[in-house]
Amino acid sequence: MATLILEDGTVMSVKSFGAVREVFGEIVFNTSMAGYQEIITDPSYANQIIVMTYPEIGNYGINKDDFESLNPALKALIVKEYCKNESHYKSEKSLGDYLKERNVAGIECADTRTLTKKIREAGTMNCFISPRDLSEYEIKQKIEETKNYKPNPDVVYDVTTRAVYVRGEGNPIKLAFIDYGAKYGIVKSLFNRGCEVKVYPANVNAESILNGDFDAVFLSNGPGDPQDCKVEIETIKNLIGKLPIFGICLGYQLLAIVSGAKTYKLKYGHRGGNHPVINLLTNKVMMSSQNHGYAVDINTLSDIMTPTYKNLNDDTLEGFKIDSLKIHAVQFHPEAAPGPNDASVIFDEWVELMKEYKKARV
Amino acid sequence: MKDNSIKKVLVIGSGPIVIGQAAEFDYAGVQACRALKEEGIEVVLVNSNPATIMTDEHIADKVYIEPLTVDMLTKIIEKERPQGLMASLGGQTGLNLACELNDNGVLEKYNVKVLGTNIDSIKKAEDRELFKNLMNEIGEPIPDSEIVSSYEEALEFANKIGFPIIIRPAFTLGGAGGGIAHNEKEYEEIVHSGLTQSPINQVLVEKSIAGFKEVEYEVMRDSNDTCIIICNMENIDPIGIHTGDSFVVAPSQTLTNNEYQMLRSSAIKIIRALKIEGGCNVQFALDTKSNQYYVIEVNPRVSRSSALASKATGYPIAKITTKIAIGYNLHEIKNSVTGKTVAAFEPALDYVVVKIPKWPFDKFATGDRILGTKMKATGEVMAIGRTFCSGFKKAITSLEGKKTGLLHYKFENMSLEQLLEELHIQDDRRIFRLAEALSRGVEVDELNKITKIDKWFINKIKDITNVERELEVKPLDFELYKKAKEFGFLDSEICAYANVEQQTLDNFNLEASFRIVDTCAGEFRASTPYFYSTYCEECELEEYKKEKIDKKGNALKKENVVVLGSGPIRIGQGIEFDYCSVHASWALNENGYESVMVNSNPETLSTDFDVATRLYFEPMNVENVMNIIKKENPKGVMVQFGGQTAINLAPKLAKYGVKILGTSLESIDAVEDRKVFEKLLKDLKIPQPKGRGVRSAQEALETTRELGYPVLVRPSYVIGGRGMQVVYNDDELLTYINQALQFSSEHPVLIDQYIEGLEVELDAVSDGKDILVPGICEHIERAGVHSGDSMSIYPSRNISRKNERKLVNYARAIAKKLNIKGLMNIQFIIKDDVVYVIEVNPRASRTVPIMSKVTGIPMVKMAINAALGKSIRSFGFGTGLYRKTNLVCVKMPVFSFQKLNRIDPALAPEMKSTGEVLGVDTNFKRALLKSFIAAGYKFGGKKQRVLVSLNDHYKKPALKIVKRLFSQGFFIMATWGTHKFLEQNGVPSKMIEKFMIDKLQKRMKNGRLSFIINTPTLGKNSQTSGFQIRTIAEMYGVPCFTSIDTARAYLRAYRTFDKKVNLDVDTITNYRKKKLFGIF
Repeated sequence: MATLILEDGTVMSVKSFGAVREVFGEIVFNTSMAGYQEIITDPSYANQIIVMTYPEIGNYGINKDDFESLNPALKALIVKEYCKNESHYKSEKSLGDYLKERNVAGIECADTRTLTKKIREAGTMNCFISPRDLSEYEIKQKIEETKNYKPNPDVVYDVTTRAVYVRGEGNPIKLAFIDYGAKYGIVKSLFNRGCEVKVYPANVNAESILNGDFDAVFLSNGPGDPQDCKVEIETIKNLIGKLPIFGICLGYQLLAIVSGAKTYKLKYGHRGGNHPVINLLTNKVMMSSQNHGYAVDINTLSDIMTPTYKNLNDDTLEGFKIDSLKIHAVQFHPEAAPGPNDASVIFDEWVELMKEYKKARV
Repeated sequence: MKDNSIKKVLVIGSGPIVIGQAAEFDYAGVQACRALKEEGIEVVLVNSNPATIMTDEHIADKVYIEPLTVDMLTKIIEKERPQGLMASLGGQTGLNLACELNDNGVLEKYNVKVLGTNIDSIKKAEDRELFKNLMNEIGEPIPDSEIVSSYEEALEFANKIGFPIIIRPAFTLGGAGGGIAHNEKEYEEIVHSGLTQSPINQVLVEKSIAGFKEVEYEVMRDSNDTCIIICNMENIDPIGIHTGDSFVVAPSQTLTNNEYQMLRSSAIKIIRALKIEGGCNVQFALDTKSNQYYVIEVNPRVSRSSALASKATGYPIAKITTKIAIGYNLHEIKNSVTGKTVAAFEPALDYVVVKIPKWPFDKFATGDRILGTKMKATGEVMAIGRTFCSGFKKAITSLEGKKTGLLHYKFENMSLEQLLEELHIQDDRRIFRLAEALSRGVEVDELNKITKIDKWFINKIKDITNVERELEVKPLDFELYKKAKEFGFLDSEICAYANVEQQTLDNFNLEASFRIVDTCAGEFRASTPYFYSTYCEECELEEYKKEKIDKKGNALKKENVVVLGSGPIRIGQGIEFDYCSVHASWALNENGYESVMVNSNPETLSTDFDVATRLYFEPMNVENVMNIIKKENPKGVMVQFGGQTAINLAPKLAKYGVKILGTSLESIDAVEDRKVFEKLLKDLKIPQPKGRGVRSAQEALETTRELGYPVLVRPSYVIGGRGMQVVYNDDELLTYINQALQFSSEHPVLIDQYIEGLEVELDAVSDGKDILVPGICEHIERAGVHSGDSMSIYPSRNISRKNERKLVNYARAIAKKLNIKGLMNIQFIIKDDVVYVIEVNPRASRTVPIMSKVTGIPMVKMAINAALGKSIRSFGFGTGLYRKTNLVCVKMPVFSFQKLNRIDPALAPEMKSTGEVLGVDTNFKRALLKSFIAAGYKFGGKKQRVLVSLNDHYKKPALKIVKRLFSQGFFIMATWGTHKFLEQNGVPSKMIEKFMIDKLQKRMKNGRLSFIINTPTLGKNSQTSGFQIRTIAEMYGVPCFTSIDTARAYLRAYRTFDKKVNLDVDTITNYRKKKLFGIF
């Protein structure tokens, strides 16, 4: 038996199916009913422990096409029922084998609904997982340690690319892409639409980009608190107004901060594939894929910022633009992966804008 | 936003319950009516089905119980002048009628707007050719297919594409008339039947993609173009078996995110192209080895699947469809579950839902159990589990079979070779064969190869059979017990496998916990009163109750009462019990109690979490019910409204000390125990047919010597008269007895004197002192036909005042003696002025909804009051027999034989009908004609030949009817014996040989045979020519009367029709208005 401890003192006896290791992390839940492979390989989950609310996980194994990154950055995956006999023509290995291989803890037989409700009520918490039974003394000790656990504020550097690389070489629109822990789906969505995507590490300086003869800059998703990204914020400040900038998720939050708005931590975040967002300009509603623990405070937008999308569940801001500065950004994930593809039109619109901006510049 | 020009809306119901169209449309219709009334819109409802809740006067503002024909609907529209029409909630019937009304110009003439999805869109989805064109236009793949209107064209396609080929007739219910052909012979047969059954004489022949995964999406769209998926569902059975006959799981289990989204995007693309406004169902086939998929079918309306999806997710599809239809957009509608979020979202499940169909093969022993593209199930069960295995196990328990569990068919004695061979058979028992094979160690891969069922499901079933093995071989400790409970095993199963006593399990002290269905997987706080059980997890019930206190500011001091529902719809236990359960729960609330509903049927209104104070979606098994009772600690349990399912649970619950409210268990037992019942009637000096229970052939013979033939034989403990038969001689008797004893030797076979008189029935409400009898119904068919299959008339026409008094007095005496508190149904036979009691049911019956509606007496509400100890006098309806009004009605049974092969349609003591319609008027003749029209009989057109074939018993009584045939302008064809008899009596007829079946078939096909009168020779031999004629008649939709009484009534209705009598329409309230007679 394994043990799961929350900072509020919750202790659950569970079972281990992934890597046999002790981990600390921030516990969050995701309500997607399919797409665990994309979720565990989404770098935005760095340092986090994910509870899947859907109980049957691992059903179709792990395949070679559905990775969002090569290195899963999460600390652990918690499920109700792990499927050891996966079944799918594409499957290359079981989820358990994959987690073991990648040294990620896997927990099954957990009361995931109770965990979800605790997170919902108390907010995102610290969590500790041990692959064995713990004595009462050890549990007491671990609860304290869990309370005191502090996630690494520089988590972006754990997941950003180390080397600069290009995808979609030769495509007409030249895009500088800053990788804060990017999902591959975003890069793919861009080069599939005619962008030559040059991917830079998070700490790239503005000059390298400004000297790179780019048509636009793209800021990716990534983990952690946007306010911890001091260096990145400075870089963006130096880019604003000089090149059109697009952003998703963390990239969107950083753009908002640079544009004068404030961010705050949501009680328990938005993680799932069923979040309704409304386009405030067209009044059209779509289902979006989301994964964020922080939000931009809708009441702090500067005058130049036009809100574009809003979440219908809790009215939080989901997108904004600044036409004069050619800035467009959304909080949710138009690349889906996993989740509904409704928002992929945003890439279509943005790439059209990139083309227009390019034309105007020439 | 809401369209304010709509003030009055006509809602079309789906008519009688038939296979493929059941209670789901009552559920949808009621939701629609409530959603409209909520908006201040006046609702006019029309449905021919009197057993529905939607035809209650407080559900709609005006209720028309009239035949669902264009003619009648036009009259209603003319009278009511609604601005809008809701067509997408009345199943295929409602949709087809809306199309016809549109095509005939009625809608335009009266300026009626079709709300929601418009007619053009409906046609694009329903018409095979238009649909095919649209799919090609938007680039969505469909299997190679062709629309044909003749066999020649169909053959051309087959030559091009090769077998197997699927045949789907256009515009039919539940795929009636379709099938899969593997060779030319099968092809010819199915294409012909399909062409006949399609109202537009079209079938689609399609390349078979059997073996693909079958996945369904429940989609919604509003006029703002917002599209959402409520739920996707995966059929455990691959393509090839109708989805209504498939084991289904929600959400899909074996699809990757990419596959899930690929199909989701396709579904949305399709509903956008079709401009659907409201709910819609899209069915896909997905290859198991590539991304290739096909769009199989689109239903542009609320359907059985959407009822299932609503229950599986907590998202009320019909209600939201209605709101969309009157102009709202999804993001403008509140999510009533969370109270905070909006209806524009996709539900997230944190449990697994399993649906299993309920088939009528236990009743129809001769029926063809093979499943294909034609739906055969009469109902379904759904179960919710935290894991697939527990959901699956609970669903099997919910089937209410003789035994629970996976290994409950007798396959253990079958050789492995035979078992593997039979696994190729796609029938209702396949999953159980699969389980047997797994428990014998057959490899998952091999089973996947044979059955094409995904390995994921086979592995899960293997996990279950492995637990069975563990229980058998390992000592039962707490860990193993916990594991078994988490897998969904019942204590009774664990005891049997582990060979332990219940006490051992009780010592483990493990309680079930209950979780909430909240549409959002716990992401938002919700206090939906909708629960399912699980084990070894937190129980949310206490928290739920606490939250309720907080919300309203006062503590919950209300007592609660549990209402047991009736489980899946089956022949003999239908929607009427849902009507009763729902009303019971409402009446309890009115009396200041919290109502707690337990049921397992996803089609019904009782399992809408909006109905009872709390809903438990659980199997109707004693252990599951006790788990709820332990937590709820109710004042007591109401068992009289859930049919035999609930009644059967009563003694088991009583053993645990649960209080049965209303009529006592002793009284229920007294009626079911033959000896006690016999004595009771004797003491009350009430005549009854003589009879006795026997346990051997010898005893049977002795008994009949005493009683004399004919006798009625049946097994004890029955639902819907299963296995009941009239026998006329020793041979028939012995055949029956030997079979029955083989089937069950525990219970005796009952043999009764068969009295061929006038059959009469009444329902009564009793408080133990007084009774109120809303009315007396008399059957048209003489005794010997199951009351559920008889036409019946209210008020009775052939019962003397004296006998009426006798009926009521007998009823009162029985009610007093048994201290009945609640409902009671009694069946009588009157012969030679003697009134015999043949059956007493101390519970709600099939006729309660009808009698409530035609008399205006709230029978269930009164019954609840009586059960709670209140007097029935206080209602102001008096006691004794209630006064008649000038309303006259005729109830007509409706059958689903076209869906079930190899079943004899002949009326018998065993019930066969699936639903009923009511003809209502102020004049008997018109009510009679309406009942035939409502049941789908056609009148008018050229009068053709009538085939008459009578057994010896009925030759004489039928003579008058045959003579009448002449005078009404029909030509008579008769089989040899009948021809001779007619000749002797001076009635000319054309003789035909019975074995000229082919020729008859051709006549029926070409519409040159108007109807058939055929009284069956006894013995259930499927080889007799009578049986063949009857089944062919069913296939071609030629009316076939097997009781001369029904034939007489039909001719009578025909005469009314011939006189060109104008059939008026009116609301049930108005029909009832004029009161003719006082109380006596």
